[in-house]
Amino acid sequence: MTPARTAQPLLSVRGLKRHFPQSSSFFGPARFIHAVDGVDLDIYAGETLGLVGESGCGKSTVGRLIARLDTPTAGTIDFDGTRISDLGQGSLKSLRQSVQMIFQNPFSSLNPRMTVGAILEEPLIIHRKGDSAERRRRVLHLLDQVGLRRDQIDRYPHEFSGGQRQRIGIARALALEPKLIICDEPVSALDVSIQAQIINLLIDLQTELGLSYLFISHDLSVVEHISDRVAVMYLGRIVEQAEAPAIYAEPLHPYTEALLSAVPPPDPLAQTREIILEGGVPSPAAPPPGCHFAPRCPYALPKCSESVPTLAEYRPGRLVRCLRLDEISGHRLSGSPA
Amino acid sequence: MTDVTSPAVPADPPRRSQTQLVLRRLLRKPGAIFSLIILALFVICALFPELLSPHDPYAQSLTRRLRPPAFMERGLEGYWLGTDQLGRDLLSRIIHGARITLLIAVLAVAVSGLIGTAAGLAAGYFGGRTDAVVLRLIDMQLAFPVILLVIAIVAVVGPSITNLIILMGISAWPRFARIVRGAVLSVRSLEFVDAARSLGAHNLRIVILHILPNIMSAIIVYASFELARMILLEATLSFLGLGIQPPTPTWGGMINDGRTYLSISWSVSLFPGIAIALIILAFNLLGDELRDALDPQLNHN
Repeated sequence: MTPARTAQPLLSVRGLKRHFPQSSSFFGPARFIHAVDGVDLDIYAGETLGLVGESGCGKSTVGRLIARLDTPTAGTIDFDGTRISDLGQGSLKSLRQSVQMIFQNPFSSLNPRMTVGAILEEPLIIHRKGDSAERRRRVLHLLDQVGLRRDQIDRYPHEFSGGQRQRIGIARALALEPKLIICDEPVSALDVSIQAQIINLLIDLQTELGLSYLFISHDLSVVEHISDRVAVMYLGRIVEQAEAPAIYAEPLHPYTEALLSAVPPPDPLAQTREIILEGGVPSPAAPPPGCHFAPRCPYALPKCSESVPTLAEYRPGRLVRCLRLDEISGHRLSGSPA
Repeated sequence: MTDVTSPAVPADPPRRSQTQLVLRRLLRKPGAIFSLIILALFVICALFPELLSPHDPYAQSLTRRLRPPAFMERGLEGYWLGTDQLGRDLLSRIIHGARITLLIAVLAVAVSGLIGTAAGLAAGYFGGRTDAVVLRLIDMQLAFPVILLVIAIVAVVGPSITNLIILMGISAWPRFARIVRGAVLSVRSLEFVDAARSLGAHNLRIVILHILPNIMSAIIVYASFELARMILLEATLSFLGLGIQPPTPTWGGMINDGRTYLSISWSVSLFPGIAIALIILAFNLLGDELRDALDPQLNHN
């Protein structure tokens, strides 16, 4: 699964921030929702980076920023040697070919008034690819690639099931032969049995076409299956990033540890020690000072709320954002092997 | 990869276009059928008034003035609804009046629909400053009494059909714009709009191909109600003498003609009034039924 690491990442994100202005009273100070608050990540060609976190942690906003559906407040996004974070709407067109997106809800991501054929042909029309006969051939090929029947080309989205609709969404994302596909919770709206089919389809397409994925999900077991590396987000920041097997075997950040301990094990009789986090996720409009996780962290000390820990390389390929990492590793609550 | 999805597909339902589906749903409702029959009658009158009217609507006769309908005492054979103060056949004048009434109403709705839809699309899609400007324009327009505006402008430019259509159209665009803006707001946030953006579609393409088709049903329904309003407005203006000038027959003008003779002859005002009431009822009923037929989700109650 692990692809050969080229020196140059396909996508490189540094210090990415997105603050949404919050409508406040006319007189009070302007308040901002810190949806994304300094995210660094790299995606190499042919690999899948899983981005996990609770809902509201900003993971979808990261995806939208990379697809440039939204403009970052600060920070840089470099894709394939081009700085795309400050491109205007006009110059984005070539980026649109290379970075595509698969959306969460297959019931609202397809225009109900367009046939499958029209939906899949649209990207080719926008980017002036071929004449109408060539475009039709390409559309039929796309249907084959995602496992839909060719005779379904003239049907409307409402005639398909959720899984089939998501296949149409995937085919649309493939139409322009992109290098990177941002999958924003692509299976969380589907039945579990359909989830596996869609995940397998995505893996097959990756092998076949050499795609890179940014796979955004709140479902840890889904991410484990598809990802080469995993980044864990909490309240707008990445708290831990590592190879997928390593992070599941040995979570280092207290938040990752708690998150993983909440995943039910396949064996229902197995002894587990779930770490129950107290309280809820603080509001991103008023994030806690210092380490964002400190108020809920079972290991927190006063110093954790005083300074912001950096995302430091703890071991090669293993980034963790925690001040007490050296002190707490070895005294884990969950008793995972250290 | 195994295609597990295909066996699950049930036997294909007969494929129909959206329009066919809506028509079928519409024709199952008695109210819709009633309104369509009435509207069809008036449309036929509007298209072929010469064939349908028994007399020349302009032919005057001093000896046949203010006659009641044919079946009544003093009624004249062949003059089924009686005659007006100049001895002209009421039925023929109502039939001829349908053309001018429908023409003005349809064109006025087209004008207001075009302006209102464009403004509503811009306001709803772009939001922010565009939205604020359009909303203020709507407020300004709505703060101005329509009749007063028409009186002022007709006094300057004169009451021609074209002027009337433009004035009525302009008076009605704000309501259209509000409806469209609201519909756009609910569609704009759906993921397929983001999908189109991420494919590189420019704003015009998104608005025309992705947003407009999905708010069309709201526009059609509202246009139906608006047609009724426009017929009423035209009748009001003609009644006040600001609309189409005599001797051209209009329903509002005919009611005004009969007003003076109401104590002698009730029929001159009554029959054009019934025509107005019927067509407005028909358009409003159709609007209600269309709303249900175009939005099957609402029908499950």
